[in-house]
Amino acid sequence: MSAIFRHIETFGALLLAFIWISPLLFAFWAAFHSTTDAVNFNVMAPWTLDNLRTAWAGAPWLRYFLNTFLLVSVVLIGQFVITTLAGFAFAKVQFPGKDFVFILVLMQLFILPEVLIVENYVMVSRIGLFDTIIGVGMPYMASAFGIFLMRQAFKSVPIELHDAARVEGCGWFGILWRVYVPLARPTYLAYALVSVSTHWNNFLWPLIVTNSPETRPLTVGLSIFGAPENGVDISVISAATMMSIAPLLIAFLVFQRQFVQAFLRAGIK
Amino acid sequence: MAEHVNIERRRQAIYGWLLLSPAAILLTTFAFYPSIATLWTSLFSRGTRRNPTEFVGGENYTDLFADPTFWLVVKNNLIYAAATIPISIFIALGMALWANSKIPARGFVRTAYFTPTVLPMIAAANLWLFFYTPGLGVLDQIGSLFGLPSINWLGQPETALWAVIIVTIWKEAGFFMIFYLAALQTIPEDLKEAADIEGASRFTYTRRIVLPLLMPTTLFIMVNALINSVKLIDHLFILTKGGPNDASKLILYYIWEMAFAFFDAPHAAAMTILVLIVLGIVAGIKFTYLDKRTHYQ
Repeated sequence: MSAIFRHIETFGALLLAFIWISPLLFAFWAAFHSTTDAVNFNVMAPWTLDNLRTAWAGAPWLRYFLNTFLLVSVVLIGQFVITTLAGFAFAKVQFPGKDFVFILVLMQLFILPEVLIVENYVMVSRIGLFDTIIGVGMPYMASAFGIFLMRQAFKSVPIELHDAARVEGCGWFGILWRVYVPLARPTYLAYALVSVSTHWNNFLWPLIVTNSPETRPLTVGLSIFGAPENGVDISVISAATMMSIAPLLIAFLVFQRQFVQAFLRAGIK
Repeated sequence: MAEHVNIERRRQAIYGWLLLSPAAILLTTFAFYPSIATLWTSLFSRGTRRNPTEFVGGENYTDLFADPTFWLVVKNNLIYAAATIPISIFIALGMALWANSKIPARGFVRTAYFTPTVLPMIAAANLWLFFYTPGLGVLDQIGSLFGLPSINWLGQPETALWAVIIVTIWKEAGFFMIFYLAALQTIPEDLKEAADIEGASRFTYTRRIVLPLLMPTTLFIMVNALINSVKLIDHLFILTKGGPNDASKLILYYIWEMAFAFFDAPHAAAMTILVLIVLGIVAGIKFTYLDKRTHYQ
């Protein structure tokens, strides 16, 4: 009885896995077949690279890749610096008003940058960062989530190490740089993976603050490329989609274990 | 001595604020100030060349409440939340229980469940476009095998919102699974052994021991899913653009449209404030009520 049940369960798990992955598999298959073959499910149809060639020629993809790469790097560097300093202040320094400010920071977990698009757009334009990569990245740099994560990581560092470094003559920044940052390396890695995948995939805000191919990230480029008014056929859209998700997807498949662990570490406090 | 302590305290205060200042400046610039500016904007009329902006108090809000599209969008978003939150949590739980049990091809199963999470919403929408396209799409082709008529999933008001909901569930269930998986791995083995000795079935064990222990994770995921039901709207840009007849339009999309397609910032601001109030209530519940109740480990 329980053996039968077990088989049913296995079947269910595999069926769900297949359903879950099928949109991706199908788009992959379609990307390498002509549109007529793809929409007719012609399984025996020959493979072709034409869609990829058409898609590649249809938009400045290399520029988009570069923009996304720059955006992700700028955001990550900014986040590392700012959340390290703020996290350290919250974890290890006593100052008046700390609890109140910390609550303000936590509030930002719920005041989503996505919701404030209207005024943030005004702000970015006012400080002259409209249509720049810095302007796309800036609202995300002081991430409340990152500050919280760093605070937790620094809190778990034993105070003895801190005192020992101080006895050795290290100043505050020396202690932060030589003791805390190296010990929090796993947290940095986890945060980096979450941040990179979030901003690689971000769409609404970049759509609003970019206005030229020189700053547009991949997601925005892809949405413009695939817009119905451009009349691109579905195999070519599949090819473009595959192309733009390939780097992150391959990285994910290779570093799957670390990736999943990073998400776990970031999610569970 | 007392003076020494005083100096040290003052020094810490200066260091603390110095360390905090970059974050404080950025948070003020891109979170707190814009929130207040949004409130401010929402109280003024939209300026045109002939009529400069003037203070109108709550008029933008009453306009919104009188706007049937606003209520339709609110209703859509409530359906969106009421469908995506429980269904994706339920599927995530099932996925986690399966991905944690001893089944063949477990690695493949886990990867398959999680992969949609790493895709951009825009890319996910492109993939699903292929399924939903009438006549040519995969769903129609499967349907035609069984003699079903062609259905324009994205083009008719009855199905458009549900088509959007399915993509969201597909995208977030695997993400939530990860949190359940982590929680499952912290449940001690001896509970399972004790349940076996007592002769409890696997079903009873899951219902009576595993599910209660997963409660804190479920609440955490629920808050995340709730936030997602406000912010996951990217796929609307590809799939439906909120149509047909606003049948699949969600609040954040409407805010975007209002501000950047109709150039009506005051009404967009009023709507933003309403969303912020709802999020604030959620935050309040999370930080007071839930955080106290779930820390029983």
